[in-house]
This record gives sequence, C-alpha cells and structure tokens, in this order.
Amino acid sequence: MSVENDNIITLTVIDREDKPHLLQAPTDMAMNLMEVCKSYELPVEGTCGGMALCASCHVYVESDHDLPEPSEDEENMLDQAFFVQENSRLGCQIKMTDEKEGLVVHLAPVGE
Amino acid sequence: MEKTADILIIGAGPVGLFTVFEAGLLKMTCHLVDSLAEPGGQLTEIYPKKPIYDIPGYPTVLAGELVDKLMEQIAPFKPTFTLGERAELLEKVGDKMYKVTTSKGTELFAPVVAIAGGLGSFEPRKPPIPNIVEFEDKGVDYIIKDPEKFRGKKVLIAGGGDSALDWSILLADIASELTLIHRRTSFRGALDSVDKVMELAQEGKINLITNAQATKLHGNGQVDGISVIVDNEGEKIVPIDNFIPLFGLSPKLGPIGDWGLEIENNAIIVDTKDYSTNIDGVYAIGDVNTYEGKLKLILCGFHEGTIMVQSAFKYIYPDQKLSFKYTTVAGVNGF
Repeated sequence: MSVENDNIITLTVIDREDKPHLLQAPTDMAMNLMEVCKSYELPVEGTCGGMALCASCHVYVESDHDLPEPSEDEENMLDQAFFVQENSRLGCQIKMTDEKEGLVVHLAPVGE
Repeated sequence: MEKTADILIIGAGPVGLFTVFEAGLLKMTCHLVDSLAEPGGQLTEIYPKKPIYDIPGYPTVLAGELVDKLMEQIAPFKPTFTLGERAELLEKVGDKMYKVTTSKGTELFAPVVAIAGGLGSFEPRKPPIPNIVEFEDKGVDYIIKDPEKFRGKKVLIAGGGDSALDWSILLADIASELTLIHRRTSFRGALDSVDKVMELAQEGKINLITNAQATKLHGNGQVDGISVIVDNEGEKIVPIDNFIPLFGLSPKLGPIGDWGLEIENNAIIVDTKDYSTNIDGVYAIGDVNTYEGKLKLILCGFHEGTIMVQSAFKYIYPDQKLSFKYTTVAGVNGF
C-alpha cells in the first residue's frame, strides 16, 4: 500500500531553455501550476499572486489534456501577454487536480 | 544639501507606507519616492479591487482599501512624497548622507535609504517587435502624455484593454486616421467603451483590425509604416506616423540593480538581523529583498520594516539610547 502517492500527480514543465523538469504536485492543497513551478524554483514570476492579473506565468499546454476553457479574466490577461498562441494559458489558472496527471507545459518566452 | 528626511523610502507600496508609521514612533521622518503617480504600489496598480485574506485582523480587505487605511495610519507622521518619478541614482555624498536622484532630476537627501521597491518600478510592457527600440520617441510612444501631439497624424494603437479603447475613442477625433489592432475579436474593458469603439468603427472613424498583431516597424529614422499580420489573411503594411502599443505595465528592478547592492535572482540580499544590505545605511524590505526562508507577503514586509527602523535609529543616532515604544501606553503622537 503506497500512502505517499495518494493525491500526488506528476507533470512535465519544459523551461525556456527547452529543458524538461518532472514535477510532483499535491492535488489536495488547492494549488495551481504557477505555485508548483515556483516551489520547484522554476523561473516563473507569479507577480500578482495567482489572480490572473499579470501574465507572468504564461505557458503553452503541449499535451492533449482537455482543460477547462479559460475564463474571461484569463483571456483578458492574455491580451497583455506576448507570444500568445492557440495553446496559451496562465499557469495560475490551471488547478492541480487528478485529471492533470501527465500534463506537459512549456514556459512561454518573457517579453521585455 | 539639506536633509529631505531621516529615511528615504524607495517605493510607496504597503511595506514602504507602514515603515513610515514605525519610523514615526521613533520620531524619524520619512520621504517616499515611487515611479507610479499614486501610492500603493502593486495593490493600487495591479489589483485594487481584489480581496486580501492574510492581513492580521482583517478577515478580508480590498487591496485599495488597505492602501487607504495605511495612508490614514501614517498621516500623523506627515510623510512627504515624490511620485511619478523613478529613483535612478544612489550616491554617498557625505558622512551618513546619501543622495538619490530621480528620473526627473529631483535630488533627495537622507542618512538612511530603505529600498521597499517590490518587484521594481512599473514600466510599460514593450511588444516583442524586434526593431521597436530604435523608433522610441521617433513615432513610438508607450504612454500618451499630450493627445494633441497626434493631431492630424496617422496613428495605430495596439491592445485590447481599457486604455487601448479609451485612447482610440479620444484620438479618433484628433488623428487623421486611427487604427486599432487587437489579437482577438472581443475586447475586455468597460462595456460602454467597447460599444463606442464598435460604433466609431462602423462610422469609419476607427479602422478596427482584429485577430491581428503588429510584427515590424518601417521607416528611415522615423516611423512611416507597420507590418500587421491578420489571422488567415497574411501580412499587410499599414502606413502610419505613430504607433502606440498599450499592453499594461509590468515591474522591472531597473536602476536599483546598478547601485552596487548584492543581488540574487532580482532581489537584494539582506541580513535578517536588521534587513541591512551590503551598503552601510541602506536597507531593503518587502518583496525586493531575499534571505533564507523569505516569503513575499505583505505581512512579512511589515515586520521587516519594523525591525529595520530600530537599526536605522541606532545608525543615525549612535549616542542616543533608543526607547522602544508600545503604542498601547500613550497612543500615537504625531509630529
């Protein structure tokens, strides 16, 4: 019986130098992807503290996970980001839940 | 060279503001400098309407409301401000005297400098157009200071927020041609503004290009055109005199990084004994500093400012015995 693997999912975050990082995230702490990246000390600023107000956690979702549609707040904030693509999302709006197991994201470039 | 205040605080965010209170209890005066036009830092600039839940005693408080309360709390100590100017230069100009020069050339003097700069000063986000820097002030403006500058000009605004919408509406009457481009078809921002822009577009007063982004500027020393890529339509060049990208503001550490302070990951290394930096008489508090176990929380910044002013007092007045005051005994006595 493996107790410690309960409520833990594994994700891949590819950094801006294209290096993949395998991260483990709890699903029972209401965490989001931005917070997980920060706890692993990946270069994600998270300036606004996860309120979809700064776009500093902009990522591209590279796996074919069926994520909930971005909220209007998130879309609005992506308007202020650069290098926005079809698969752009804000990390702070991606909640760590069981369905995210195996999620692969790439950190978007940081503008000036 | 007259002393502006005992402590010059760089950054008028919540931590800088509360430090005025703690300094005031020790009869030290403070002057605050901030690149933003209003006090409050991120709280005012990024999320004034958002609730904060981890301020002791407030189960919930709006960020803007917290700033208002802090301003009220420090009022007895008559802080002075230089707002809308970025602190550019730090120079030692005498024994226990620093000079800080701002982006507008204002010179401020104090024996102690407390950097409460948060994540840095807020600067307009520059779109990733490779040659944009060479056209700054040659047809590219990130901030509109005087709309009259654009009278009779062909202007292109990029962005989808309130400022892009509001300026498009205003400049539609001033510019000879006004183009607004946006990466998608819907706009955020006040519904009234969105409706007005749509109306002006129908009347032909605004040339609205959606699902589009600007990629390259053209011109010989002065902007005369811009390449715009429209989804499913390809690239076209729009002849313009002025390009105004409005993508909000983002914080940059900026000139503080060149002041000779020990920096790690865009933050200033401090000694947690008193939040002093490697430069005598210069402290760093709040989000701008780093140390083992650092947490970027407003509440931790309040603590750091409180500890810091005790050390600043001893630094300025080494011969005076510091009498720590409990506000519960005699309340708050202003200046």
